[in-house]
Amino acid sequence: MFDAGGKKKLVEVTNLKMHFPIFGGIMRRHVGDVKAVDGVSFDIYEGETLGLVGESGCGKSTCGRAILRLYELTDGSVRIDGTDIASWSPEELRQVRPTMQMVFQDPQASLNPRMTVAAIIGEPLDEHAKSSKAERLDRIYELMDAVGLNRDFANRYPHEFSGGQRQRIGIARALALNPKFIVCDEPIAALDVSIQAQVVNLLEDLQDKLGLTYLFISHDLSMVRHIADRVAVMYLGKVVELASRDQLYNDPKHPYTQALLSAVPEPDPAIEDTGERIILTGDVPSPANPPKGCNFCTRCPKVMDICRREDPVFKTVEKGRQVACHLYEAYQPAEETAA
Amino acid sequence: MTDQTAPDPAPGLDPAEEYRPPRNQWLDVWDQFKTHKGALIGLGFFVFIILGVTLGPFLWTIDATYIDIRARNQGPSLAHPFGTDQLGRDTLARMIAGGQTSIAVGLTAMALALFLGTLIGVVAGFSKKLDGPLMRFTDLFLALPLLPLLLVIIMLFRDRLRAAFGPEEGIFILIVVVIGITSWMNTARIVRGDVLALKEREFVLAARSIGTPARRMVTRHILPNVLSPIMVSATLGIANAIITESALSFLGLGFPSDFPTWGRLLFDATDWLQQYPERVLWPGLAISLTVLSVNYIGDGLRDALDPRIRGR
Repeated sequence: MFDAGGKKKLVEVTNLKMHFPIFGGIMRRHVGDVKAVDGVSFDIYEGETLGLVGESGCGKSTCGRAILRLYELTDGSVRIDGTDIASWSPEELRQVRPTMQMVFQDPQASLNPRMTVAAIIGEPLDEHAKSSKAERLDRIYELMDAVGLNRDFANRYPHEFSGGQRQRIGIARALALNPKFIVCDEPIAALDVSIQAQVVNLLEDLQDKLGLTYLFISHDLSMVRHIADRVAVMYLGKVVELASRDQLYNDPKHPYTQALLSAVPEPDPAIEDTGERIILTGDVPSPANPPKGCNFCTRCPKVMDICRREDPVFKTVEKGRQVACHLYEAYQPAEETAA
Repeated sequence: MTDQTAPDPAPGLDPAEEYRPPRNQWLDVWDQFKTHKGALIGLGFFVFIILGVTLGPFLWTIDATYIDIRARNQGPSLAHPFGTDQLGRDTLARMIAGGQTSIAVGLTAMALALFLGTLIGVVAGFSKKLDGPLMRFTDLFLALPLLPLLLVIIMLFRDRLRAAFGPEEGIFILIVVVIGITSWMNTARIVRGDVLALKEREFVLAARSIGTPARRMVTRHILPNVLSPIMVSATLGIANAIITESALSFLGLGFPSDFPTWGRLLFDATDWLQQYPERVLWPGLAISLTVLSVNYIGDGLRDALDPRIRGR
């Protein structure tokens, strides 16, 4: 699945920073920043799915939203299809919105309760496509067919649907303008397990049919393993490891990835009982005041002196694999696999 | 399916129903509104009052200002169904003429207050920069004592407006503007609070990701969702405007003394409360019932406009 050579980069994120200011004191002065995303770089190739995983509060969603410039970036650049959107004016940005869309986490909250399904799915068409009323309706029906919604639902309101159906409405809205790139911000987190499978399969079918590129944000590691081609692991606003799915799941390099993967439940009870869990102690440090050196040094089971002093560089350690850890400063691919 | 010449529609899949085009939302609203009995009665009464005061003069042709001193202080009779006042003017004709003014003042003043309140509320809620100044401005208006302010404004501008627009139109504009600019604050505060909560909702973010510009964000996503509180303010606002106008006329600061409004009729009738109590009853009843009917309409409309309540 993973093929870095032949494919074109659709999204290039370079040193993306998203800091939210904190104001404090009587004068409401600027006293610090929440470094939600702090220097993230990765590429997404055309037609692939990049999984973005991490525990809650590590900046996954902020990263996804920042890539679509739903926030004003603090620093860094985001190139989508060759153009840097980080510095664009709102009007220029509006013009390129059709190429990039988003599917939201909470399908209830992301649909306007006062609009019918037809109006919700048709909103992007109203904004960007200059089509007649009949064409617009045809396109809405086409989209409803594509995501598996009965056409008769067009007159209904979001509250009349189940969670899975609502998420389908959200997906249909994201598809309306034939985007190339879709950020899926935990699209399945709010759904039942049975519905999760439906929605994920729908997303995969649509990817095959329409050649979509996904950034799939999730904390569900097994679901990411199912859908993603490559996986990026985030911790406290930084990507600590980026590798192809098989590399990452079979042979995690970064101690945090190892700990994260050891927490995935195992279907076989025999393995589940004997399997070793890496239990991390302590809590995630505050993103407003990250530790000196490596962000993970406060909880890392393999912490070294250098970790508390220097921030590790995010560098390639194998073909198509990048890790930010001092353990891999010298290029030593075979050494740590036994751990 | 290509080799089948005449495929029967699948059971339960009526093709006409499958292609039912998106329906106009206002039809749904009307369907729901019809199920609210109080609102329907209220609407019926309000329409009756409106028709009564607009078409009434054509049916009841006695002039409201015609003085027939020999027929003064009469009780209800066929010639004067509501009786006559101390100058022998027909009370029904005066009620009809007064209703025109009172309802016109109520509707226009409410519309003005609603427009101002919604505008200021939405702008304050939507723009971080203007939020502080606009809300302090609102507080400033709330802190002003209403009645003395009205009196001062009327004292200051009455003569100028009378000269410019004529005695009745001038005072009409003055009263509408005065009531409008002194009663928008509650709407502004409620709308601002709702807008602040709404703009953090995910569907607003979704609209941003689609590329909806700010102005359409307001008209498409924000305003429809703050409609309920606006609706409530509107219905209370009509009532409030009619009553304020009555109070001003009652204090003798509204329209000229020979120009009937419901408030003026009430004011005139209080002098004769002991002898002819029914004279207070007519304008009082008209004001109360109009206000009540408008409140019911607002209640029904608010329910009908909310798709989550609709269909219950």
